[in-house]
Amino acid sequence: MSGLEVTTGWYLTLGAMLFLIGGTGLLVRRNPLIMLMCVELMLNGVNLSFIAFADRFGDVHGHTVVLFVLVVAAAEVVVGLGLVVAVLRASPRATADDLSALKG
Amino acid sequence: MVEVVVFAVAGAACLVGAVGVVLSRNPVHAALMLVMTLFGIAVLFVALQAHFIAAVQVIVYAGAIVVLFLFVIMLLGVDRAAELSLGALPAQRWTAAAFGFGGAAVLVWLVAAVDRIFKGAHSYELERAGIVVTEADAPATSYATDVSAIARSLFSDYVYAFELTSLLLIVAVIGTVILARRSGYGESAPVESGATPQEARQ
Repeated sequence: MSGLEVTTGWYLTLGAMLFLIGGTGLLVRRNPLIMLMCVELMLNGVNLSFIAFADRFGDVHGHTVVLFVLVVAAAEVVVGLGLVVAVLRASPRATADDLSALKG
Repeated sequence: MVEVVVFAVAGAACLVGAVGVVLSRNPVHAALMLVMTLFGIAVLFVALQAHFIAAVQVIVYAGAIVVLFLFVIMLLGVDRAAELSLGALPAQRWTAAAFGFGGAAVLVWLVAAVDRIFKGAHSYELERAGIVVTEADAPATSYATDVSAIARSLFSDYVYAFELTSLLLIVAVIGTVILARRSGYGESAPVESGATPQEARQ
């Protein structure tokens, strides 16, 4: 255990696992709120990779990109939750499958 | 050794929270599991010397986004147990299984490749690609990560993108206001929190 050291690969692995769990959840869940949370999980996995690379290569640009991802994620959540509120207010038991009714 | 323990604890919290988001039947539990994941990632950001990003992560994600989720859940009253079965979409199940297992396979391969590259055993592959790895081989711990360094990069290299994010936020706010308004032009739009269940059901 003494030679054990946290390397960049560990962080990248964790970020990729978060991305995979989020993506799988996005595909299997039908509650639009949980699907939005799964998108947040995927974004956080990517953010972790950015910060890990920034630390690895001593480059501050990864931090800047993570800030942009945070801003875009906030905007995405606001618009997504607005859509969810609009849809669920019309039909409270709607799932993501029922949104195919929007095709008209 | 401390680093390993921190990584193990925070990483385990991240993974447990992520699996909890996917598997919990109640949306409120999912949101709280999301908080656990976000805090774990904030701890990992601190371990990676990204202190400002860690603070922003806690403030924006755990403080604003998850609260927004919980607010919407409570507002809509959808905090009941949902069924986890997939229903009538077998194609969705197969797609999810392919994504999960295929992604895991790619992950294993990728980790092996990255480990090999970062250990420098095959650095000629990177040299052929024009990437110099020699000085980056040792983890750089002395680079400036304070707020001023981030601000300098934000307002010099990324200034156009920064201005565009302000436009994006304005568009998001206007779009959400229009979406959340009660449709129907004849009647005056009622205050959102004052909507009765009868109105909400129409």
